[in-house]
Amino acid sequence: MKYLYLIFSGLKRKKMRTGLTILSIMVAFILFGYLTAIRQAFDAGVEVAGADRLVVRHKVSIIQLLPQSYEAKMERIDGVDNAVHSTWFGGIYQEPKNFFAQMAIVPEELFDMYPELVISDEHKAAWLENRSGVLVGRGLIERFGWKLGDRIPINATIWGKKDGGRTWEFDLVAIYDGAEKGTDTSQFFFRYDFFDETRAGGTGQVGWYTVRIADPDKATEVAAAIDAEFANSAFETKAEPEGAFIQGFANQIGNIGFIIMSIMSAVFFTILLVAGNTMAYTVRERTSELAVLKAIGFTDQAVLGLVLGESLALTFVGGVIGLGLAWLLVSTGDPTGGSFPVFYLPTRDLFMGALLILAMAFIAGIIPALQAQKLQIADALRR
Amino acid sequence: MFNWVAQIFAVTLFSMRSLPQRKGSSAAAMLGIAGVVAVMVGVLSIAQGVQKTMESSAGDKNAIVLRSGAESEMMSGLGGDDTRIIAEAPGIARDESGALASPELFVIINLPMRTTGTDANVPMRGVTTQATKVRDSFELIEGRMFEWGLNEVIVGSGAQQQFAGLDIGSSIEVGQEAWPIVGIFGTDGGLAESEIWVDAAVLQPAYRRGNSFQSVYVKLSSRDAFDEFKDTLTSDPRLNVKPMREAEYYDSQSTIVYNMITGLGTLIAVIMGLGAIFGALNTMYTAVSGRTREIATLRALGFRAGPVVISVVSESLILAFAGGLIGAGLAWLAFDGYRAATLNWASFSAITFAFDVNAGLLIQGIIFAMVIGLIGGLFPAIRAARQPVALALREL
Repeated sequence: MKYLYLIFSGLKRKKMRTGLTILSIMVAFILFGYLTAIRQAFDAGVEVAGADRLVVRHKVSIIQLLPQSYEAKMERIDGVDNAVHSTWFGGIYQEPKNFFAQMAIVPEELFDMYPELVISDEHKAAWLENRSGVLVGRGLIERFGWKLGDRIPINATIWGKKDGGRTWEFDLVAIYDGAEKGTDTSQFFFRYDFFDETRAGGTGQVGWYTVRIADPDKATEVAAAIDAEFANSAFETKAEPEGAFIQGFANQIGNIGFIIMSIMSAVFFTILLVAGNTMAYTVRERTSELAVLKAIGFTDQAVLGLVLGESLALTFVGGVIGLGLAWLLVSTGDPTGGSFPVFYLPTRDLFMGALLILAMAFIAGIIPALQAQKLQIADALRR
Repeated sequence: MFNWVAQIFAVTLFSMRSLPQRKGSSAAAMLGIAGVVAVMVGVLSIAQGVQKTMESSAGDKNAIVLRSGAESEMMSGLGGDDTRIIAEAPGIARDESGALASPELFVIINLPMRTTGTDANVPMRGVTTQATKVRDSFELIEGRMFEWGLNEVIVGSGAQQQFAGLDIGSSIEVGQEAWPIVGIFGTDGGLAESEIWVDAAVLQPAYRRGNSFQSVYVKLSSRDAFDEFKDTLTSDPRLNVKPMREAEYYDSQSTIVYNMITGLGTLIAVIMGLGAIFGALNTMYTAVSGRTREIATLRALGFRAGPVVISVVSESLILAFAGGLIGAGLAWLAFDGYRAATLNWASFSAITFAFDVNAGLLIQGIIFAMVIGLIGGLFPAIRAARQPVALALREL
């Protein structure tokens, strides 16, 4: 207890400096939290990808279509449990910056393939009943303030209608929630049967397949078997695990992890300088006080502990406030105004933050603390 | 007045001379500011690079025609007949082989990135004979042009650097066929350098596009010819198209990426800047409190408050300026010209670009540093000047 009191008095000695140091440490941890959430926005898809799912697309490029007849052929392949096709719609809601994913899919197949999309039975039934109905994620609903029963017009960029029009209207009949924090709830699914009979061209052709396999350990073999099945046909395929597919997509945007790590290193280096400098000052200014402490019987270790304790107290207060503020900031929404499919601060990274607090306290405090430990009473008192 | 200026000089010089005594904390503040500026300049140079790529893609007299409602070539579609009607429009420059109008097909092909080995959506453009004449900046860097009618391709220099297997002599697999790479081309840093070019007549059947295209690139006889060109096309009942100047089109292509990176970069810089301000305040308060007696003595000798404030602020500004210079310099050394690829959301395809640390960005970084220095110095300066002389002289 007496040590706590001493640490506290040390910090109170120069209130302005203590305050400013805490604030700069706080800033470092706000950035840590915020940048972590951004990285998570890019990584979450890979983390929640189904280990037992493959994505099968046209071998040459993702924009080329595959025949709908492949579904039955794939389901006959050994090790394949179910195959579901999706088609990218790529339409525009009001204006291009309101981007979100729209896909045509068979409802029953979606229920079976994606257990992470949590849908109530009533909503499922409503969607099955309404041909122009859509199933929309909770995140997207909140982004645009939609509600059940809304009629949502989407301007087609790829898929014109048979009647020559380009505006498709959908009825919002079903909402899904994510089973996990990382589940993308920004998607918009509509019915393939409605899509296929309304589109002007491309009848019977679909974008890509998602395939569930019986044994996740055999992913590579099954993927190879699928590609072999369609080799030398007019529509060759490339099958890969869902996680690898999503990772590949994230990699195209850039090496986000590396960029964020670089920024974070610069931030922590900067703040370490500030905090370390403050601690060095604290010790230098109090040389004689520390000597007195030693003279009245405090051991060298106790003095070392006192200085490290002060460093820890500073970083702890700053770090915890910073992480708290980061959490608040992240929960107000993502910086792009809704383009990120998910945006949250993972618990795992909060632990990382706590470890960083300890590490920073140690690095900033250790050199001044060692100096304090080594002080010779006689020398120091004479200064 | 002269006296006042002389006082400023004297006091500032005085505090500069004592700077070495505070080198630890001064260096910490300076490096802190350098870190902030380096990160800010580094992140913003990505956005600048993307924008520069787009800007250098646009020809002054050039225009592009897409289907109306299409935001990018990827979404557009024009029939072969449409492209012939477009090529007949007035205002298009002509040469001995006809109008300088190039109907083009724009698709993507999945090729692995050199850095990660994972697939990227590499843009592939089917061009017609006028394509190289419409683009002034087109030049072959290595190898030769492909033969028309053969399934040969040429590759942009950016694509060749960023994606694996695009060297002369190798070939790309398109369905059952292997298309040999016979040349590398450049377009003065423009977007086309991210692309693979092939004869449109070869690409159409490979991607089952019949006789359709996605865009028509034209070179106009003059800048002013655009209005006539546009009016003719938009009023033609046979067409449903949107003509745009290239500058306008490319600008719209980079908006999403540019705004996103600039927004994020600014946010990060502002938060980091706050941290640096706290650091600078700390340093300057410490500097001032270490010199309490000195400053009080000066005041007792008749130096006025103004020069004292200015001397403290200028010390802080000098530190900030040095920090800004170091940070901007580091960012320039580390990032300028660094080549990377990203996904252009507007066209769903890869774009290669070079980070661009330009003069404007460097100045912006240094100004930001100075703002940090100003705020960091002002409050401690005011405190220094306000201290009651008698009390301060008695202080330890």
